Amino acid sequence: MGCFVFKPNTKKKKTSSLNDHFTHGCKGAETSDIRFRLFHDLWNKTKTDIEILQDELNKKVLDSLLDFTRKCSITRQHSNWASQMRASEIPTAALMLGVNVPDHDMTFQSLSELLQQSVTPHVVSVQAKECAGKLIHNMEKRVLERLMDTLVAAADDEEEEEIEAAALQQSDTPVHRSVHCSLSVLCEWYNTQTKVGPKSSTPGKKRSSPSKDQYPPVVIIFKDLEAFNQKVLQDFILICSRYVERLPLMFIFGIATSPSTIQHMLPHSVSSLLCIELFQSLSCTHHLATVIDKLILTPKFPFKLSGKVMQVLISLFLYHDFSVRNFIKGVQLALLEHFHSQPLSVLCCKKKEALRNLAQLSHGDLERIRQLPSFTRYTGHWSKFKILCGQKCLHALTSSLPRYPLGKQIRELHLICLEKNVWETEDYQSAMKLLKMLAKDELIALLQKCTEILQPIKSKMMKSAFVQLEDMLNKFKQLDGEMGEASSLTSPLKNFQKKTDLFQLQKALLEMNESRRSKKQSPYENLRSDVLEFIDNLVKSHLPPPESQTLNEVCYYSSSSSVRRHLNATPRTSIQAALSSPYYYLPNESLQTDDGSVSNAAPDICIVHKLHLECGRLINLYDWMQAYSTVVSAAEGNDPDSDNFGKFSSARFIRAVSELEFLGFIKSTKQKTDHVARLTWGGC
Amino acid sequence: MSSSPLPPPLQQQRHPGYEEERLRRVAEQLPCREVQAGMLLSLMGEPQQYSLPCIFIYGHRASGKSYVVNVLLKELELPHATISCAECITAALLFEQVLLALFGGDAAATLPRYPSLSDFVRIYRHHRSRAPAEQTRYIVLEKAELLRDMDANLLSVLVRLQELVEDNLTVLLLSELVWDTFRPNTGCLEPLPLHFPDYTKAELHQILSRDRHPSYSADLYASYIHILLGIFYAVCRDLRELRHLAALNFTKFCEPVTEGKAKESDTHKLWRNIEPHLKKAMQTVYLREVSSLEWEKMQQVETETGPLRGLSAHTHVELPFYSKFLLIAAYLASYNPARTDKRFFVKHHGKIKKTKFLKKNEKTSNHLLGPKPFPLDRLLAIFYSVVDSRVAPTASIFSQISSLVTLQLLTQVSHVDQLDAPKYKCAVSMDFICAVSRTVNFDIIKYLYDFL
Ligand SMILES: Nc1ncnc2c1ncn2[C@@H]1O[C@H](COP(=O)(O)OP(=O)(O)OP(=O)(O)O)[C@@H](O)[C@H]1O
Ligand SMILES: [Mg+2]
Repeated sequence: MGCFVFKPNTKKKKTSSLNDHFTHGCKGAETSDIRFRLFHDLWNKTKTDIEILQDELNKKVLDSLLDFTRKCSITRQHSNWASQMRASEIPTAALMLGVNVPDHDMTFQSLSELLQQSVTPHVVSVQAKECAGKLIHNMEKRVLERLMDTLVAAADDEEEEEIEAAALQQSDTPVHRSVHCSLSVLCEWYNTQTKVGPKSSTPGKKRSSPSKDQYPPVVIIFKDLEAFNQKVLQDFILICSRYVERLPLMFIFGIATSPSTIQHMLPHSVSSLLCIELFQSLSCTHHLATVIDKLILTPKFPFKLSGKVMQVLISLFLYHDFSVRNFIKGVQLALLEHFHSQPLSVLCCKKKEALRNLAQLSHGDLERIRQLPSFTRYTGHWSKFKILCGQKCLHALTSSLPRYPLGKQIRELHLICLEKNVWETEDYQSAMKLLKMLAKDELIALLQKCTEILQPIKSKMMKSAFVQLEDMLNKFKQLDGEMGEASSLTSPLKNFQKKTDLFQLQKALLEMNESRRSKKQSPYENLRSDVLEFIDNLVKSHLPPPESQTLNEVCYYSSSSSVRRHLNATPRTSIQAALSSPYYYLPNESLQTDDGSVSNAAPDICIVHKLHLECGRLINLYDWMQAYSTVVSAAEGNDPDSDNFGKFSSARFIRAVSELEFLGFIKSTKQKTDHVARLTWGGC
Repeated sequence: MSSSPLPPPLQQQRHPGYEEERLRRVAEQLPCREVQAGMLLSLMGEPQQYSLPCIFIYGHRASGKSYVVNVLLKELELPHATISCAECITAALLFEQVLLALFGGDAAATLPRYPSLSDFVRIYRHHRSRAPAEQTRYIVLEKAELLRDMDANLLSVLVRLQELVEDNLTVLLLSELVWDTFRPNTGCLEPLPLHFPDYTKAELHQILSRDRHPSYSADLYASYIHILLGIFYAVCRDLRELRHLAALNFTKFCEPVTEGKAKESDTHKLWRNIEPHLKKAMQTVYLREVSSLEWEKMQQVETETGPLRGLSAHTHVELPFYSKFLLIAAYLASYNPARTDKRFFVKHHGKIKKTKFLKKNEKTSNHLLGPKPFPLDRLLAIFYSVVDSRVAPTASIFSQISSLVTLQLLTQVSHVDQLDAPKYKCAVSMDFICAVSRTVNFDIIKYLYDFL
């Protein structure tokens, strides 16, 4: 997927070749160009949207981090009695990021960009794997290289600075030529840096770093603290602490687990050199919820995922990696597959464009439309606007009910709606029952939320729904004037909030029903049932699952198995499949068999594997080889007893067996020297 | 060494060859270390005279070793190279730093890329003959205990470097350990040991009282230090740490005075004000549970928001569903004997005799012995039997195991290069795993052999 990053100068050529790639093996080749373009535009747009969204999400924690660095560097420069007496600790920000390590890269990327823009040009980040080894060399080297290189690179913009940089390099030749790097080199470099600094920032000249700070801090970011070698980290901190007086160092620790790791990794003698402040970043589930809400549940995004695909992606997230990045990758994959394999996806875009594309459809395409399962059950016009805002309304209504019958997060409701008729589910019924028990102010608040969601929607049907809802809301408010007594009615639901026992809840519901029947309904209660009926009708007309709707294939991608296969690889199964049916991977006619057995023309390892399935836990190598030669000689029409063939085939046999051993199917055993042990169960 | 009568205080000793004025300034800066400084000065002799080849200075942390040596060498303007062995982790770096400090960059540059000891000695002699020593040169090696991990001969060479380079040179080794732990088994020249004893409470009081706040009286500060030592002396005698704590809490101490609620002489009132505060500091800042920055912030805000949550209070880790089960399986594999797996995880394990199953001394001791290593196969077998649903052995299950290793929740005991049958240990505590199991409704206690 990374191949979509182009270098500007080769863009043309690459795009076209990619396009070829896309067209190759693609169904409905006539429209493949358009579809490729659609895919490309849609993905690029999504990507930028996601980036903007994520920047917004991270803004708060990054801002507070920037404040921290600024504050530290200021307090360092304005010393008073206390700061002189205090041990000079290294200011350290511990950034809690959660265990979804692959997502962190982006956060660090924007963090160091922000730091460079507004605090200090001297920012380095190091990763544990770059500082591998038991010695501290590597870490020091990385830090020094990056810090001093960034400067040289930055100086390229302006000639004068380049000369300065050259002069600088000359001036400290003795140090620079030093074969070994140490922090003292860095110190020296920093001094020349800060000496040069104010001189070149004469008015009228733009510096690449707008920091007014004469002594900008040197920030070192440890991206994955847990992965660092403890000894190396401790040594590095010890050494750094010797230089804090001369060099305004600052650390940022990226922590995936919990803050207590710091104390596990660093003994008191080292952690006492740091002044640690905690920063908590957004939790990954919250992050995912926002991404789904803003990207998938929006009409702006014409492409949709079917319930099953969504389920696969979400369970990958919840069960396996917590990684939002991987989730987005999954969406991207589905997007690509959709445009690649569904010819009708040519209509999956904005209405205007879709109409234009519709005009270009060939006869074949139209025929295809006619054959679509959904077309045969033509029901009428539909719009995904409706669905989405319908879902949002329903979510607004139900997400604060006790026990969350329709889910706490909108994605849960979304999944239910994608799969079946919501109004037929039990959960929906109980949600409705609970709604029927709401007190007036609660209900009004919920309804207000709904109108807010409906208001900006332009579609005709939604407009009318909006008007009706407004109407009802007004009636509620009038009620208020007529009888103040109604507002004193407290919600019986409030008492349930604490009760988590399902049984209790049901009992209470029943009682409520009884009491209602016996009592005459107040005007408020009348109105309430009207509203709920109205909502119920809305749901029934607007929230049928997409499968029941015409042409859902245009926008909905539903091949969950393909997504699963691509995103959650099963190496073991693939190996097994390759060994037992080689035709799957090697499309050679002679390998094709109908009964699932292995053709005797298959690669040696397949035959050997097949034979070993017939054995028990211990396999006699000699018997195995005999069986093998029989099979192979039959295939090649050789005499198995001929001397030459025997030698040849035993060599091939041994190679195949060692390949099997390498793949972990067998291992040698000490019990019997001429036997090997099977490591898998089951036979043919 | 201690059998020799104690020398008189520094000012009264005669140290010919050094200016009176400078000696006075040295004495000024080194309270409570007159004896050691005097001893050092006598050992050093007159500047142009040869001194001992090597002096070994030892004493606990913050007992003033580096400080005394530095003050002496700086104030008396003697040529010296001060090097921390924590920073110069190889002999090459060490040589370079020595040459750089004593003879300048040119000398350091002539060192070959991987210098041997004899290269160093050769280059040193070359430069020494061009610039003969008029005064004794000193090489100060801090954290000298790390020299033991370097080149095997390095230590024995340094101890008699004077002889090898034929120069007026003295090596000062500074360490927290005693010389006995240094002595290489090949034997070497014994340096002269010089001990820096810990400061007594009175000495600490004297030294700390010197950095008084300019806007308050010396008496007030002295009484503050007295209170501080009264609370902290029992747990901490580290001068640096005490000074840090003193600086952090002084504003709080002065608060009643600045607010006009108490006079400087109201020692009792001031004590009552500061004592609970310092006790709290002992449990938080002193342990670095709370950083000094946060501590100061907290003092300013002055809200009683309950106890501060320290670093170690945050232990919760949010994990993906299967990672939780992998961790649980790893915990079970680490703390249950392998032979009991059948009993816990095979549905119809048949009759296993209870007496045979429960071996007396094995029971309850597993948690005392700590986690045991287990192979990957066993981990997966337990994982598949504890996790409810059917899980395909996908690549992401395996990558979760290695993620757990990088997160330090598991540790890999076999070598990283060993791809075949890797072994792991579970590195989380009982509390942690119980919290994790609770989130997935798994009753882990039922599966632990120790709690049967
Ligand atoms: N006699 C003293 N008078 C004033 N300050 C002192 C005295 N002794 C030590 N100090 C202060 O205590 C701090 C720690 O001392 P020093 O660095 O010499 O300890 P050390 O013995 O070298 O410890 P380490 O073994 O950790 O290197 C110094 O910064 C110094 O300012
Ligand atoms: Mg020291």
